[in-house]
Amino acid sequence: MADITNNPAPATSMTKAGFPPFSQRHLLAIGDLEQHEIIDLLDRSEAMVAVSRQQRKSLSTLSGKTQINLFFENSTRTQSSFEIAGKRLGALVVNMSVKTSSVAKGETLIDTAATLNAMRPDVIVVRHGAAGAVELLSQKVGCSVINAGDGGHEHPTQALLDALTIRRHKGRISGLTVAICGDIANSRVARSNLLLLGAMNVRTRVIAPRTLLPVGIENLATEVYTDMNEGLRDVDVVMMLRLQHERASGRLIPSTREYYRFYGLDEEKLANAKPDAIVMHPGPMNRGVEIDPAIADGPRSVINDQVEMGVAVRMAVLDALLPDSEGGQA
Amino acid sequence: MNRPLLIENARIVDPASMTDEPGSVLVERGRITAVNHQGPVGVPDGAEVIDAKGLVLAPGLIDMRVFTGEPGREYRETFASAGDAAAAGGVTSFVMMPDTNPVVDDAAVVDFLIRRAEATSKVHVLPAAAITRGLKGAELTEFGLLKQAGAVCVAEGRSALQSSALVRSAFNYAANFDLPVVHQPQDFGLAADGVMNEGLFATVLGLRGIPAEAETIPLSRDLQLAALTGARYHAAQISVASAASLIREAKRRSRKITAGVSINNLSLNENDVGRYRTFFKLSPPLRAEEERQAMIEALRSGVIDTIHSDHDPQDTEVKRQPFAEASVGAIGLETLLAAALRLVHSGDVDLMTVLRAMTIRPAEILGLEAGRIHPGAPADLVLFDLDYPWQVQEQRFLSRSRNTAFEGARLAGKVMRTIVAGQTVFVHAEESPT
Repeated sequence: MADITNNPAPATSMTKAGFPPFSQRHLLAIGDLEQHEIIDLLDRSEAMVAVSRQQRKSLSTLSGKTQINLFFENSTRTQSSFEIAGKRLGALVVNMSVKTSSVAKGETLIDTAATLNAMRPDVIVVRHGAAGAVELLSQKVGCSVINAGDGGHEHPTQALLDALTIRRHKGRISGLTVAICGDIANSRVARSNLLLLGAMNVRTRVIAPRTLLPVGIENLATEVYTDMNEGLRDVDVVMMLRLQHERASGRLIPSTREYYRFYGLDEEKLANAKPDAIVMHPGPMNRGVEIDPAIADGPRSVINDQVEMGVAVRMAVLDALLPDSEGGQA
Repeated sequence: MNRPLLIENARIVDPASMTDEPGSVLVERGRITAVNHQGPVGVPDGAEVIDAKGLVLAPGLIDMRVFTGEPGREYRETFASAGDAAAAGGVTSFVMMPDTNPVVDDAAVVDFLIRRAEATSKVHVLPAAAITRGLKGAELTEFGLLKQAGAVCVAEGRSALQSSALVRSAFNYAANFDLPVVHQPQDFGLAADGVMNEGLFATVLGLRGIPAEAETIPLSRDLQLAALTGARYHAAQISVASAASLIREAKRRSRKITAGVSINNLSLNENDVGRYRTFFKLSPPLRAEEERQAMIEALRSGVIDTIHSDHDPQDTEVKRQPFAEASVGAIGLETLLAAALRLVHSGDVDLMTVLRAMTIRPAEILGLEAGRIHPGAPADLVLFDLDYPWQVQEQRFLSRSRNTAFEGARLAGKVMRTIVAGQTVFVHAEESPT
């Protein structure tokens, strides 16, 4: 495993002290952020990495605040990450998943929003299967809302944690070449990453079979490839995407066997990338479908670092969006 | 109450006769009895006289595509509220789509709704019968009995026929009874779970797109089978330049081919969806600006025959949803004329062409007496001020639903009076400043 060694920041100064107030109330989409806001969130996240590496991994900046994690789609990883982030900051965290809520009984999203709003939370973290659903909910509540993934639209904290991981390994983001490979058409991770990396002057490449490339992608990525070996040539970062099993049911992809042969990341294809290229994956992985297990668990993989950065980024986002409990309005 | 009515000093615009001249119109017993362009006419005893100075007098609009809630979803729209909305918009007749509960697929239902509409609606309601039972796309309805009961055409409403064999059979059978077939071609496979126009904009929003080919492939099939069977075929609504090309080509060979366009596809484009504004989730979807321009050109050149509102009342429960899950449609009866006049004011289309597409062309396609200003014709008329400025405010709508795609729009052109069968059913009231 690659190791993250830098960041000597002292653990005690890890509150939002030192950061100017964050200008946005919600985090709905990377597309809403300016470059300086992205950099600001990454800087805040660095501080949170240090907090998470202390023996005593807690702050009290959100003590007395209520955070609701409202997940209409199952995601153990993302939900746990947000839960740990909120708890490390001292917030009261409540998890609501669709199976235990009245949504299953036909309640509309707006009704759910109104009901939760009446419980006076300070922040709601939402994942929903429909693009725009989180923004719609944000219009109906009086608190901050964080998008934890809305359909095929965006997953902003994923792009931030990916950027943080890249910055810590490469020492910079701007000027790098990053390849995003796989199911671009259906991936919110790809959209958020393309927007963030684009804003940071990264040369972005998407690599996928044509059935998994959305219309107009050439306007979002610097370069579009359908050949993995060509697309990976001299890249600094390889981001693999998960291939949803239902995509490989015959209409878009005939088989996972063929997919792996042409688009799965193996040593031979990875050899085209720069020798120091890092390999990323938002998880959960399909080993043997989009990635060779030897690479997933090998020395160039930074996949576990991404998970760690995920908690730090979510702590930073929560901390930036919410006024400080201790010091009043930040 | 049945006093004669004399409308004087009007600018009479009658696309049927291609006249645009000042004059007066006399109405007696629900019909136009005289049209005079040669100065004043004698006033019959007891006549009501309207001085229409500064106003355009046109045939009442005929809207070929309106969805009502009634029967079955009266909370969305009744015949009464749809009639009020239509009258306010200068629409004196509308074709009611069969997508109700129960579906209009049986002569008894047609009979019921004609009676019900006559009793409650201020304007004429013309039922379109479903092509297939329950709009399920499998078995044909009884076209002959439906026509006898009063259906003006057969249509599949929001749905679309998928089986080419069924399309052939439906066209053949409709030709047998000389019934127009009104069909919006849609390939459900290609459209799949698409919710807006396919393109960069949909990709950025993370929404599934509907390609133009989902419209043009079944349209091409429809046109070929219309030619084969000799059916009177009206492409209910088209939205892309490539569809207009197919229609243009087919019209060269047959006079039985006609096409319509929604005012939405003439006025708006995909960018209006903005950030998931569900009132702009429409079918066909709002397309790219160049496609909108192509629809205007097709209207100008006569490839497109009719403009309709595609009035589709939906309540907030089904509209205030994430975009992909929200229902499709927007209301439009009250904004149809003003939105169409925007195309006139912008210099895109002349007044005669716009009015023609909402009066005499629908009348010809459906075989109606209305839609013209001519002695003997029904006195269905609209008087409007071509330049009157107003702003769309949803709370002023007479429709029961509020899902307008024109909220806040500043329009020029307002209906001042609407007359159905000689009776005034709407008069513009000066709005008190708010």
